[in-house]
Amino acid sequence: MSYSPHTTADRAAMLAAVGVDSVEALFADIPATVTPRSFAIPAPLTEQEVRGELIRLADRNRVPEVSFLGAGAYRHLVPAVVSEVIGRSEFATAYTPYQPEVSQGTLQSIYEFQSLVCELTGMEVASASHYDGATATAEAALMACRLTRRDRVAISTAVHPQVRRVVETYCSGPGIDVVEVPADLAEGGSGLTPVEAVERLVDGSVACLIAAQPNVFGGIEPMAVFADAVHASGALLVAMVEPTSLAILAAPGTYGADIVTAEGQPLGIPLSFGGPYVGLMAARMASVRQMPGRLVGATRDHAGRKGYVLTLQAREQHIRREKAASNICTNQALCALAAATYLCAVGPEGLREVADLSATQARHLAAAIETAGLGERRFAAPYFAEVAVRVPDAARRHAALAGEGIVAGLVLDTIYPELHDCLLLAATELTTDQDIARLVAGLEATR
Amino acid sequence: MSYPEGLHYTKEHEWVRVEGSTATIGITSFAADELGDIVFVELPEVGGSLTQYAGFGVVESVKAVSDLFAPVSGTVTKVNERLRDEPELLNSDAFGDGWIATVELADAAELDDLLDAEAYTQLTS
Repeated sequence: MSYSPHTTADRAAMLAAVGVDSVEALFADIPATVTPRSFAIPAPLTEQEVRGELIRLADRNRVPEVSFLGAGAYRHLVPAVVSEVIGRSEFATAYTPYQPEVSQGTLQSIYEFQSLVCELTGMEVASASHYDGATATAEAALMACRLTRRDRVAISTAVHPQVRRVVETYCSGPGIDVVEVPADLAEGGSGLTPVEAVERLVDGSVACLIAAQPNVFGGIEPMAVFADAVHASGALLVAMVEPTSLAILAAPGTYGADIVTAEGQPLGIPLSFGGPYVGLMAARMASVRQMPGRLVGATRDHAGRKGYVLTLQAREQHIRREKAASNICTNQALCALAAATYLCAVGPEGLREVADLSATQARHLAAAIETAGLGERRFAAPYFAEVAVRVPDAARRHAALAGEGIVAGLVLDTIYPELHDCLLLAATELTTDQDIARLVAGLEATR
Repeated sequence: MSYPEGLHYTKEHEWVRVEGSTATIGITSFAADELGDIVFVELPEVGGSLTQYAGFGVVESVKAVSDLFAPVSGTVTKVNERLRDEPELLNSDAFGDGWIATVELADAAELDDLLDAEAYTQLTS
């Protein structure tokens, strides 16, 4: 059965109005080589044949035995209760419902997520979640521009390059300038964002500084100093944080961050080829009307019973149309539920243990490499659970180790072309002493 | 329904009261009634400049959100801080305590383009 709301006459009238001959002409800009007609699709297969083909393809996956890869996505233990809860049929939609208030359970789960994000970040209000950390950060840049009525944003180059590209993409439409604040990547440098560069580049025309804590190299930035410096120019501080680190690092709410964003993947979401992940965003209540995305609020009904609603919807595009705070009017409900379940399962103590163990193992890792004379830390600054290590001939050895089932982190010049012969190595609570010993032995063997 | 004499009105339902070179601006009781219970007013910044008929703020009610359009051009000299906590003043006293901002008039001739009470009454009846 097909259903088309438009008659042939309707279509002809619309085509005449826009001045083209055919529906196909509307897609004339798409190169012929990428149109469906150009696809070389083989003949249909039986279910059994498809199954065989998929098994053959799946067998080509190589799951590493040992991995130190991080750079924005981290391998953590996901307690079984997380998949149990998110697998419940009551939650089987990634969307906030179109008639939300009839789905009290969904709204409550989002409200709990928001409350946990507020507790973790030390902020006053959190959104119902965003696609991922990068889009949340880009939305924060736009939000800062609305709040300050300025149209330039500054971003540290020690923010992951992929996040910076998403911010640039979001800023290109509304004509917002993106100013890079160069991190100190010199030989013997800190790997951090220099305060003097922040003071020089964040002037009265800049809406915000976006800095990551820890930064892409794992380094601990002087966020409180940044906050004071940017506030002196009337600008805001957008802190993009790694959420498990907040169990042992200062909460952004305590050092003057105005908007906090995070990639929520480390909170109970598995590494699955880049997603789906979940973006976190929190802010101060005074700026809530400029926040993007959905917000769930708690209230009382006519009989005094607690209930949940989608609140402050006048910010959103179904009411505010083109002037909405964001064109996003959904959230990552399922991943947000996973994050909320994870945080409830591990609790404050558990999260502190995750952060402590991750940081401790990162130190063991760096020390083991240095002690064996295989390399040394590239940057001088204190770090959380990820560390850049200079290792001669890094790319070749990384490839050789991959053949042994060991992912020796990220070859850093793939994302920072100027940083040659460096591996960016991450540790988590899943990193064992044996893993570290295998990495060291592998580096020895490829010397 | 009648509206105060001596004020200038826009078709977008803002009013202006001129005293010397200072213009006080607000929204009409008609607009406030149409919006319903007003829960938030986004005020302009003191020192900012307004351009006649351009948006300068937002009013939000429980059922809608509307832009505020400047009835005259000028520099904002004061904003009604009470509206931050008591946006309902727009509903209860649109032409009095519900004033939104005062501006230093840039061009008094702009007033000639606005409606008087009688014309505005006709517009809304």
